[in-house]
Amino acid sequence: MADYEVPELKEYPVVPLPVEGTMEHLSPFVAKPEFQEALNYVGKKIEKEGEMPEYVLVDGWHDKAIEKMGDLLGRYRGFQVFMDSCVKCGACTDKCHYFIGTKDPKNMPVARQDLLRSVYRRYFTFAGKFFPKLVGARDLTEDVVQEWYSYFHQCSECRRCSVFCPYGIDTAEVTMAAREIMAHIGKGQKYNNEIIGKVFTIGNNLGLPEKALANVLEGLEEDVEYDIEVPVKFPLDKKGADILLVTPSADFFAEPHIDGLIGYAKVFHATNTSWTLSSRASEAANFGLFIGSYENMQRISMRIRTAALELGVKRIVYGECGHAWRVGYSFLNTLAGPFDFLDQNYPVPQHICEFTLDKLQKGELNIDKSRNDDKTVTFHDSCNVARASGMGNYPGGQFDIPRAVINAVCNNYVDMEPGTTHDATFCCGGGGGLLTDDLMELRVKGILPRASALNNAVNENGVTHMAAICAICKSQFTKVLPYYGFTMDQIVSVHQLVSEAIILEGQVDPED
Amino acid sequence: MPIEVNGKSFETDEEGYLVNLGEWEPDCATVMAAAEDQELTENHWEVINFLREYYDEYQIAPAVRVLTKAIGKKLGKDKGNSKYLYELFPYGPGKQACKYAGLPKPTGCV
Repeated sequence: MADYEVPELKEYPVVPLPVEGTMEHLSPFVAKPEFQEALNYVGKKIEKEGEMPEYVLVDGWHDKAIEKMGDLLGRYRGFQVFMDSCVKCGACTDKCHYFIGTKDPKNMPVARQDLLRSVYRRYFTFAGKFFPKLVGARDLTEDVVQEWYSYFHQCSECRRCSVFCPYGIDTAEVTMAAREIMAHIGKGQKYNNEIIGKVFTIGNNLGLPEKALANVLEGLEEDVEYDIEVPVKFPLDKKGADILLVTPSADFFAEPHIDGLIGYAKVFHATNTSWTLSSRASEAANFGLFIGSYENMQRISMRIRTAALELGVKRIVYGECGHAWRVGYSFLNTLAGPFDFLDQNYPVPQHICEFTLDKLQKGELNIDKSRNDDKTVTFHDSCNVARASGMGNYPGGQFDIPRAVINAVCNNYVDMEPGTTHDATFCCGGGGGLLTDDLMELRVKGILPRASALNNAVNENGVTHMAAICAICKSQFTKVLPYYGFTMDQIVSVHQLVSEAIILEGQVDPED
Repeated sequence: MPIEVNGKSFETDEEGYLVNLGEWEPDCATVMAAAEDQELTENHWEVINFLREYYDEYQIAPAVRVLTKAIGKKLGKDKGNSKYLYELFPYGPGKQACKYAGLPKPTGCV
């Protein structure tokens, strides 16, 4: 299956001895110039007879990179502070799933940051300008850019290291800045940037046109009615609906995501809620975050505002998507606000788990928990929900609310071991714009800590399924956990569990 | 890297997907499969042909669920599931089968 070593699962966490250079060969495909330009970046292509064209740094790249770094230092105070404040205490070194899985010391968060920090020092500090060797400052060369390109695409911006940093240095911000600088000199990443291009031209990450979306939704209505004889609706562009649901386009396409979508629709049906999806905002995800581009993040967010206005909705609810929830919960008002035209009695935006839990607590859903008795479930905290957002109206709601939903629909639930959950959760290994086949080796190695914790929960507590509320996590797990002996169907959407347990009025179950 | 099919050259991207989708001809699939040590059976062709029909109408590959349902109808209910599709296309029906069928790769969080 793989031409590299798949790490071994261990019962206890093991901090590996560093092995230099194990991952320096790995870097993702570079974005074509036309996709760069769609995002207001630049690109340069060199055609080669009979071979793939090469995408190279643009003319004047050196000065442009330094200029961009200066611009970002001025715009983002955090970035400036993070460049100056590291004291090399080492607290972060063993916290990164990519270091644990790859053993490459440049994947220690401090070392990865220093790839950028050393250049910052050379051009922006007094000591670095005049005594570079004394302070570990170095010139920006093409080799350095290549090193950045490799290792800043070996960080999933999960921010686990930041939890343990005594100075609160946010590694994700450093990675984002590095990617933004590289995108400005012709070194954007293909996966992220082509996807953002699709959001602008077609409306979502998948490139799912409106006609295909309508076809999928009609198919789901038929399937659900066929299964349980209840006409559950999946409305699209319904003007005057109360709720606009924005959800990752993976929910229209992939498994187990689509089972989660069916769960949302059943909850709305059961509670007589008027809701709609939007073909304009048929994507909650916002990859502008991953590449550190405020401008692109804003442009993507504006689609949601426009859709809400056009459809005349009163509320916005987000489906199961990790980083979309971060952008929604933490930045939406700044990026696309004010949302004074929405009903202020509800959170703007609201998470689908909040919505469902409220209905469960009010007793508006008819639930038979025993329908999930074939499972013992655990929950994977997705990093952008756990560490970068909240949920509900109190601190820590982002941990409790999804678990409360699961516990309301399942009899058998156990957490994975402490230190791998809540704000210390391990990344799935594919977040932050790395969910691409050209980084498969990294994804297989980076899942190690999460796979180990899951394996322990399986062996000690009989866990059979792991639920998640992030499209990336679900795709990464279904694709990569099989390398460790798990099966794809062990990964479930939280609302898939809701969907299994809920009994709608008039429901007739199929006879097996 | 271009691939050679029946003496003609077809341009592909870094991951082996056809660049010009309109150029596809059935032997492209055979050649791509051979490069991955796969032989295409009739059942593979059912999937490939369905993908192409769906793409013609909707400009995207079908969702996994839509594909499994269609294949179940054509090849029998026991084959209408993702497990069977993964047996046919071990690298994933969404991606490997799309490549053989000359469709663009589905992107995003999938």
